[in-house]
Formats: sequence, C-alpha cells, structure tokens
Amino acid sequence: MLKYKFDWAVVLSGTYYDWLVSGVKVTIQLSVVSIALAFLLGLTIAVMRMSKLRPVRWFAHGYLEFFRNTPLLVQIFFWYFGSYKILPTAVNDWLVSTNFEFASAVIALTIYTSAFIAEDIRSGVLSIPKEQMEASRSSGFSYIRSMQFIILPQAVRITIPPLINQFLNVVKNSSLAMTIGVAELTYQARQVESYTFKGFEAFTAATVVYLAMSIIITIAVTWYSKTILSPLKAR
Amino acid sequence: MGLDFHVIWDNLTYFFIGRYPHGPLGGVALTFYLAVVSCILSFFGGLILGLLAISRNRLIRYPSEAVIQFVRGMPLIMVIFWMYFLYPNLMGRPMPESQTVILALTFFTSAYMSQIVKAGIEGIPKGQTEAAISTGLTHRHTMLHIILPQALRNMIPSFVNQFVSLIKDTSLAFIVGVSELTMVATQINNRSLIYPTEIFLFIAFVYFIFCYAFTSLSRYLEKRLAWAKAI
Repeated sequence: MLKYKFDWAVVLSGTYYDWLVSGVKVTIQLSVVSIALAFLLGLTIAVMRMSKLRPVRWFAHGYLEFFRNTPLLVQIFFWYFGSYKILPTAVNDWLVSTNFEFASAVIALTIYTSAFIAEDIRSGVLSIPKEQMEASRSSGFSYIRSMQFIILPQAVRITIPPLINQFLNVVKNSSLAMTIGVAELTYQARQVESYTFKGFEAFTAATVVYLAMSIIITIAVTWYSKTILSPLKAR
Repeated sequence: MGLDFHVIWDNLTYFFIGRYPHGPLGGVALTFYLAVVSCILSFFGGLILGLLAISRNRLIRYPSEAVIQFVRGMPLIMVIFWMYFLYPNLMGRPMPESQTVILALTFFTSAYMSQIVKAGIEGIPKGQTEAAISTGLTHRHTMLHIILPQALRNMIPSFVNQFVSLIKDTSLAFIVGVSELTMVATQINNRSLIYPTEIFLFIAFVYFIFCYAFTSLSRYLEKRLAWAKAI
C-alpha cells in the first residue's frame, strides 16, 4: 500500500537534525518572549476592564473583543505587512533594524494572547470574594494598591492553570509565524521536507516535539492544581 | 501617512465571492463554506469521539482519550500539513486543497468538540441516568433518549463558540492555497503592493464582524438556557 521508504537518519542526525533543533529553539524563544509580554499586557487590560471609569472599561472591552474575534494569521500579516503606515517612523525603523519577522510575530502573538489572558485574569479576580476588596479599601488602600497587594496576588494563584494552558496555546500558535518566514519548528520541518522529500519523518519529528511540550505542560497544570491549588481551596 | 480605502471598494466583490460566477467561489463566501461544512462534520466527529471517551470499556476509553490529547497537543498547521502530505501518499491520488482543509479542520475540531460533549454529558445529574435505568431503559437508550437531548441543548453555546474558532481557523487554508478571505487579501495585496495596511485592516474587520456576531449569539443563548433552567 505504502510505497515509501522510511529513513529516520535524515532527521536524527546531520544538517537536517540541526535545522530542526534550531527550529525548536526559535519556537521556544518566540513563545517565552510572547507569553511574558502577553501576561503583562493582559494584566493591564484586565485591570482596565474592571476600572470604575467608563471610557477605560470600554476601551479594554473593545480591545478584548476585537483581538479575540480576529484570526491570528490576519493579525500576523497586519503587523508584518501593514504596520508601517500606522506606527511612528522611529518605532518602525527600530523594528526593521532588529529581526523584523520575529518582532512582528512577537507583537501579533503578544496582542492576540493578551486578550485571552486578560479574560482569564478577570475571571480569576471575580472569583475573589468582594469583601476582600471592601476590607482593603476600608483599611485605606487605594483601588490600584488594593488590586496590587490584596486582590491580584490571590487571583494570580487561581489563574496559573489557565495561564499555563495559554502558554501551550502560544507554543502551538507560534507555528503560524512560519507564514512570514520565522524559522521556527514548523518552518524547519517544511524546509527539511522540501530539501529531502522526507516529509513523513520531518513532520513526525515536529509533531513529537509539539506533543512532548503539550504533555509536559498538561502534567504541570495537573500537578499544580492537585498539590497547590486544592489544599488552598480546602482551607 | 493617510490611509486610502479605494483599493477595498475596487475589489469588493472579489473580497466577498472571489471570481464567482466566472470562476470558483472564493473570499468570504468560501470562508463560510469551509467553516460551515467542517462545523457540521466535526459536530458528528466530536459526538462520536466524546461518547467513546466516556465509555465504560477501558479498551475503548483509553485509545479515544489518547487520540483527543494527541490532536489537542498539535498546532492546526501541522494537522493541515499532515493531511496535505499524507493523503496523496496513502491514497495514491491528490485531493483538492479545499477538501484537504475541510478534512484537517474536521479532524482538529472534532477533538475540541469531544471535550464539549464530554463536559455536557457529565454535567447532567446522575439521578437522570439512575432513574432511566430503573425505569427499565438500557444504557444505550438512556444515553439516546434521556441524557443526550438534555446535554446537547446545554452544549449549544459552546458549539457556537467552536464555530467562531472555526471561522478564525479557516484563515489557515491560506497555507495550502485555498482562495478564502485571507488568501484573497494577500493576492490583492500582491497585486496592489502599496495598501497592505488598508487591506489587512479591512479583512480583520470583516472577520471581527462575523465572529463577534456569533460570540454574541452564544452569550445570548447561554443566558436564555440559564433562564430556561431556572423555571
């Protein structure tokens, strides 16, 4: 049935192995940078979303809805091809002077993910009893400080499992960066395929790496929920 | 630098229906076609996979759980490449690109749908099953006539959300050259060269309108269901 000769040596050693390994490195770099930035941005948006000021809240709401309901691929294309008309020239020059493909991918991934993270954080915050906020406000903390010292530290603890899952999503979503030529794992697998015609081996290697990352992350979430989160809830 | 949206006006029909009726359907219409067909197929795929994953037989449950985890751990782009590459090798003949994408989207989304089905069925109180069994229904009939009708109704909002994800995911059909909205946009961009900002803003907005409409529908349904349950 299958007239295909397997040759695993292609992806397990030599040049093509090096390509794949460099792809894994880029995937991890891209994901780690994006998730870190997306966390900070998402936190900001989440706090804005719960603000007392209506325009601030509306802005955050619009941001969330817009970026969550637009395909990531379109966002990547927008930042890569179209951002030069709306960004200030100085910012644009700086981006071009760095690795522009990588930078566009980071911007798109960060903004896309931050919208999801903001919602995760918001539902974490909403799960903290209202009395916590009232108590800290009546002890004299300002709104921002109550958030900073009382609410967010508790909320973040609850939000960690969904955040880790978001990291998994970022790892998977980072594969879209191949469309603008970022040499991450999927891109390299594709390269190996077109150079050697050993698509089966190349895609298997990439799939195994993605699966390994997802299994590790799933185990981390399960472990965290079981050993850290459930004892806290029981108290 | 001002934005000039003339390029959108000039290509408006191309954005929405591609070269139809003088050529194949494309643009927004094709995006919808891909999303609707894969949604219907993956509903059944998800239903079957979800039911297998809660089977009492371990020999059925573990493999289906493994398949679900496997697909959920993979980026969609990899699934598309696998289909694109594997199908001609296995079957000995190539498949049209749009079918490849529908197959990949169905396979991918079924795994996510199965999680919805699982959660929906587990969300129905145990008493329902016990009551049905003690009335003399078999396990299969209990599932078919008692549990699923209730569970499916509760799942509707999640299914609508999954449809929104599907609309967004169809943009990846671009990778294998299917002329849906994103592909059409890159074509127009390649032809006109100097309006990338306008073009990608426009299609982002088109996607947003459709996805937001369905997200709102899902929220509305969720509220109605909660209300229906309360009385």
